[in-house]
Amino acid sequence: MNNKLYDKLIFELSRQGRCGYSLPKNNYPDAVGSIPATLMRENEIGLPQVDELTVVRHYTNMSTNNFGVDTGFYPLGSCTMKYNPKINEEMAGNSVIASMHPNQPARLSQGALEIYHTLAAALSEIGGMAEFTLNPYAGAHGELTGLMICRAYHDSRGDKKRTKVIIPDSAHGTNPASAAVAGLQVVPVKSLPDGTVDVEALAPLLDDSVAAMMMTNPNTLGIFERQIPQIAEMVHAAGALLYYDGANLNPMLGIARPGDMGFDVMHINLHKTFSTPHGGGGPGSGPVGVRAGLEHLLPNPRVVKNEDGTFDLISSPDSMGRVSSTLGNFAVEMRALSYILSLGSDGLMEAGRLATLNANYIKESLRDVYELPVDTICKHEFVFDGLKDKSTGVTTLNIAKRLLDYGFHAPTIYFPLLFHESLMIEPTETESLDTIDSFIEVMRQIAHEAVNDPEMVKSAPHTTPVRRPDDTEAALHPRLTFDEL
Amino acid sequence: MNHRYFPHTEEDKRIMLKKCGVDTIDALFADIPEQLRLSRPYALGAQMSEVEVRSFFRRLADNCRSLACFAGNGHYDRYTPAVVQSMIARSEFLTSYTPYQPEISQGTLQYIFEYQTMIARLTGMEISNASLYDGATATAEAMILASGNSRKRPRVAYSSTLNSAVVETLSTYARYHGIDIVEIPEVDGVTSQEALNALLAEGTIGGVILPQPNKYGIIEDFTGVAEAIHNAGAMFIINSVAIDLATLRSPGEWGADIAVGDAQSLGIPLNFGGPYLGYMAAKKALMRKMPGRIVGATVDNQGQRTFVLTLQAREQHIRREKATSNICSNQGLMALFVTIYMSLMGDKGLKEVNATGAAAAHHLARELEATGKMKLTYPNHPFLNEFEMTTSIDTETIIDALAKVGILAGVATAPNKLLIAVTEMRTEEEINRYVETVKAL
Repeated sequence: MNNKLYDKLIFELSRQGRCGYSLPKNNYPDAVGSIPATLMRENEIGLPQVDELTVVRHYTNMSTNNFGVDTGFYPLGSCTMKYNPKINEEMAGNSVIASMHPNQPARLSQGALEIYHTLAAALSEIGGMAEFTLNPYAGAHGELTGLMICRAYHDSRGDKKRTKVIIPDSAHGTNPASAAVAGLQVVPVKSLPDGTVDVEALAPLLDDSVAAMMMTNPNTLGIFERQIPQIAEMVHAAGALLYYDGANLNPMLGIARPGDMGFDVMHINLHKTFSTPHGGGGPGSGPVGVRAGLEHLLPNPRVVKNEDGTFDLISSPDSMGRVSSTLGNFAVEMRALSYILSLGSDGLMEAGRLATLNANYIKESLRDVYELPVDTICKHEFVFDGLKDKSTGVTTLNIAKRLLDYGFHAPTIYFPLLFHESLMIEPTETESLDTIDSFIEVMRQIAHEAVNDPEMVKSAPHTTPVRRPDDTEAALHPRLTFDEL
Repeated sequence: MNHRYFPHTEEDKRIMLKKCGVDTIDALFADIPEQLRLSRPYALGAQMSEVEVRSFFRRLADNCRSLACFAGNGHYDRYTPAVVQSMIARSEFLTSYTPYQPEISQGTLQYIFEYQTMIARLTGMEISNASLYDGATATAEAMILASGNSRKRPRVAYSSTLNSAVVETLSTYARYHGIDIVEIPEVDGVTSQEALNALLAEGTIGGVILPQPNKYGIIEDFTGVAEAIHNAGAMFIINSVAIDLATLRSPGEWGADIAVGDAQSLGIPLNFGGPYLGYMAAKKALMRKMPGRIVGATVDNQGQRTFVLTLQAREQHIRREKATSNICSNQGLMALFVTIYMSLMGDKGLKEVNATGAAAAHHLARELEATGKMKLTYPNHPFLNEFEMTTSIDTETIIDALAKVGILAGVATAPNKLLIAVTEMRTEEEINRYVETVKAL
């Protein structure tokens, strides 16, 4: 459904003199004294001039070139693309909260602060932590905040020599990047052939220069790190803190809590485990939790509950500092709370189990045609190392693109970096057996095509709104605005 | 259990478990040591029906005061066209992930390209990234960029007239990243250019961050500033409330290298703090140092115009600890929000919004001075739609009195300082009510 007119760039639909807005009248047209001309804008901006219907058709057309969870199965590994319930959207649209200014005093904002506090308390229960801040805006922002808390902890003890962070080689790319922004030097620790952390390799890395170790559990291969109690003990014995990357928290719902595994600091991606929509790349939300004894280090401002049941905002000089203008992406927080209330304790206890069942079922159903590098039960996701039959030359990229022709989003590809042809599949608990079976059938079909018509797979996709783009041209001659076209 | 979000029937589970070669779902967790297993249900209460969820949120919303907003401090109550909310609710936009598969993500990629164009034009810069979290973190990212740009000049200076939440956020990032930041003092409510020049003369400053307008709402005069900063080998970074740039001299026109700030003012609802949108625009020479996603135009193998994520060698999923930033998820949907907003409003609409707010702000300032209860803290400087009053009555008393009549008076920045903003949303009646209530104090 692609109309060539409305599909143009909005600037190409602009016609001098058209207008798409209505505004209240200026009641005081003569009130502004003179602002010196040197302070005023000279050049036109060059925004489009379009009528309302043109705008509606343009963006509606563009939306049909997009694929979302509502469109179809989205098995993007480590992204937890579960269903984004509609009631959450309705709750986030509350008109009272929508019009509330972030600096509205606490005494006039009790209900909103209660939303924040209720969600933070629920996350503390799920994470096994003492207290959560909801201020960080996304998962990577949560990682950064969490690592800064680790540094603030050592600083508060007068221990200034801890400048390193240990990160497994299977970790999400944001982990080392966040460590670098937090001013920490990354020390990689290698994985065993089964994908879990090599405890023997870890031991010699732990000394008094280590501030923290970051882990996700289950790891990016979807495998539970069984040695975690021992790792926690080793990290703590070295005086460092253990950080939990919550990107893979979904299968732990109802099963185990990071706090009970020995983690000191953690973040949660509300846009993964707690069903808030990804919005094409945000807004997300990356709450950070800490174990008892570290609460005072959480970022300013903190929402606290007073003894009389009222809520307050506090800022403390002991805190690691401020990381955001406000109390975070509040409307995203409202969606997550709506999800937690809708599932309740029983529902949350079930989500991790069903996500794990779905992942294992796909793995077992495809392992005869796709290479399974680590043969064990997985949790919410698992990794294939491309097709079993490598002789056809069909790569993971080709498989991903061919899936698009069949109306599925591709899995995460070429990550983790432990294998050459990684194909990382995460189905989530909200997918039905029917959907999963149809995906399995298509994956088998592609394996079949790879043998019988490899060129067709290699030249995929064939049915999408655009075909394979020229990425090299884009990077060699960057054209980043309409003015450069 | 049965829940509308879980499609599994008992028969489905039986089929799936059989394929997995186990008898129970719990057997799939056999690898988790027993002492780590959660042995009790979460203490979170039973699931709620939709009816109950609605009444839960209604109760809490009822426990908030809905007030006519005269508060600003970086975030403003703005008109949101109905079209914007309707379009961003389309689930193809809402429920998609970062556009890693361009063939089925042209909707997202195209609006980011349009967004980058609009932000570049609004700020008067050459390029823009695909968005950052908010104005405070965007400014911190600019600080990191400027500090890392030159080994000889790693320090970053910022004006004391920069918004305080932005300064606090900058300070946090600087403290842990290891950047030496230095405050430029103010004189009569504006950045001291003399102090700035003295700092630049030290030869160690790599970046200078100045606000426009500043935290008092004052429009600062940057005549000669870009030249001074560039002569000292430093980068000029201007932090602005996005919509103000439709009226005020743009960062590009002032000669800035980087423009950053919050774009919430482009129609995004206040939402008690977010989601908002941080923007960053820059000279093209800085494109390989920019944090965050960037979309570029190319062609597909049929020769059709196509948009892709580009210059990814800067990013965390490729470069890991050598990335220009750790940012991954940004504020994608909010970039769509302001893109649609700017499409509808055009140059003329944005200028009209600013003119209406500025006129009402100047009227209110004059009327409030006439009450004799407060006066402009800095009467000798121009402002747009926000100004600071020094009050003879305690600001908390003023805020409470106005809250009683349904008005959020502003932001108390000190016991006798009140920062007041007026936008196109405030009616004549609300403005009169504000003035009458202050008169009666």
